[in-house]
Amino acid sequence: MAEVTDLIRARKRQDQIFNIIGLVCTFVGILALAVLLFDLAMDGLPRINWQFLTSAPSRFAHKAGILSALVGSLCVMIVTMATAVPLGVAAAVYLEEYAPKNWFTTIIEINIANLAGVPSIIYGLMALGLLVYGLGLKRSILVGGLTLALLVLPIVIVATREALRAIPGVIREAAYAAGATKWQVVRYHLLPYSLGGIATGTIIAMSRAIGETAPLITIGALTYISFLPPSPFQAKPPFVNAQWLDSQFTVLPIQMFNWISRPTSDFHHNAAATGLVLIVFTLAMNAVAIYVRYRVRQKLKW
Amino acid sequence: MSATDQPKIKRLRPRRQLRAQSKIARDLTERGVAIGFLLAGSSSVLITLAIVFVLCYESVGFFRHVSVFEFLTGTVWTPQFANPKYGILPLVTGTMVTTLVALTVALPIGTVVAIYLSEFAPFTLRETVKPALELLSAVPTVVYGYFALQFVAPLLQKIIPGLPTFNMLSAGLVMGIMIIPYVSSLSEDAMRSVPMLLREGSYALGGNKLLTALRVVVPSALSGIGAAYILGISRAIGETMIVAVAAGMQPNFTLNPGEPAATITAYIVQVSLGDLPHGSIGYQSIFAAGFLLFCMTLVFNILGQFLRRRYHQAY
Repeated sequence: MAEVTDLIRARKRQDQIFNIIGLVCTFVGILALAVLLFDLAMDGLPRINWQFLTSAPSRFAHKAGILSALVGSLCVMIVTMATAVPLGVAAAVYLEEYAPKNWFTTIIEINIANLAGVPSIIYGLMALGLLVYGLGLKRSILVGGLTLALLVLPIVIVATREALRAIPGVIREAAYAAGATKWQVVRYHLLPYSLGGIATGTIIAMSRAIGETAPLITIGALTYISFLPPSPFQAKPPFVNAQWLDSQFTVLPIQMFNWISRPTSDFHHNAAATGLVLIVFTLAMNAVAIYVRYRVRQKLKW
Repeated sequence: MSATDQPKIKRLRPRRQLRAQSKIARDLTERGVAIGFLLAGSSSVLITLAIVFVLCYESVGFFRHVSVFEFLTGTVWTPQFANPKYGILPLVTGTMVTTLVALTVALPIGTVVAIYLSEFAPFTLRETVKPALELLSAVPTVVYGYFALQFVAPLLQKIIPGLPTFNMLSAGLVMGIMIIPYVSSLSEDAMRSVPMLLREGSYALGGNKLLTALRVVVPSALSGIGAAYILGISRAIGETMIVAVAAGMQPNFTLNPGEPAATITAYIVQVSLGDLPHGSIGYQSIFAAGFLLFCMTLVFNILGQFLRRRYHQAY
């Protein structure tokens, strides 16, 4: 009998020990994140002020700023979002609602899963060979935005598909019974109901895109840009223009990379400050995505 | 009553006409929309074809000047020298060493985290910790690069005297931290999809939580865990900015993680930062390197998908 209680005690102890190991391992990751944020804030926070946010890069670290990178990131994000979201949502609708079960659909599905695993720098090589040299486009905001759009496309597709799959079949059948066509079902029922899921996927995709550096370096986004793209608004009709799409650009992560590569420590402080701005953006976007997902889960009860 | 019915009937007639008129238009819309969706669905295949085409096309140009054998077995990579040598092995060893360092961090920690979150952690802890851990993979990699170079490398230099500022160890360690959520998240999903019945069987035989986890849950979820590992490996091979910032840019044929060395990805970045003329061998060399990288990750991706499909079928 004593043997059995000993055994039970030993096994309980095993569980307790693993409980501690597991907790420690889990918090190693979170601790690393905290240390990273702290280190970045220590180095970069003193450098963040109005001048830093509103100045162009400069040879002098204390005069340099991230204005052109901020505007560049914003412009590239607009192109990325305008391309990736419609394309990704449409592809997801096709796969969930329209696609017949045949070999072509299987190929698309395997292919999307594979694309999600292709290193981002490969997308940059593809854009360099095809868009920049193949189609003769400049190393512009348009090309940068398109490259990132292709990169995040699988994220949007997967998120939209999950949202569509969560809508019960009853909804579709009810709409068909009322005489709706397939497109009407998609337009008036499925897309509105999956809006939360699409929004979450879009935000996650954008937070991935804003931090991407390698593909943009590969297509030759410049590291030193001291001007802003031309304004999309003009005094003459039609009051808007698309010249900014054709402008050269830099983005926050490239600006940061450029400053890390400098030998002097003043520029490293600039790099840390840029990283801090970047990480605030990404974490904020992720927080919004988590919140939206949480709200959608609460609201949707079929 | 009839007064209210009257206008309704009158209104119906023109509407029916309208419908009859627009039936063709509606059918056209339906067909147009369906074709549009098909095109969008096929776009992903087009992207893959474009990637393969560009990589092959430029690599063929490269291999006209450099033999495939020399490329794959040469141990000297000096494209910028007057007498350039194109042996990619130094870049491959750089990629391998950083990947291995990252995996020695990410695989054990990721697995323990997955077991803990799936089998041990209380519900509320799991639901709060999971999103927090996933933030690790949301941090921009260039920020990780800064962290590796400015924080981890100086720290390691205090422990290991004589360690150079740029080294594969610090880059690999930080990369490992980045990969933890990839490993833990997918492994945990696999473990949680193991039916409760199996666990209950183990408990009935007197197993504690740890034994149940290690001898029942983990073996049952093995193909899913394998898929998670492979995703981690594939991420580590393709990771660019951390190694470009923290591991140095010089090709170095070594297996010592304490030395600086360039990876395949870092080489592509380095060349892209300069301004090599289109069509030169140097320009083509990044595509040949990219092609090798693409093939390496493709093998792992396919293997990973095969494993994932297996665990989806299992239960």
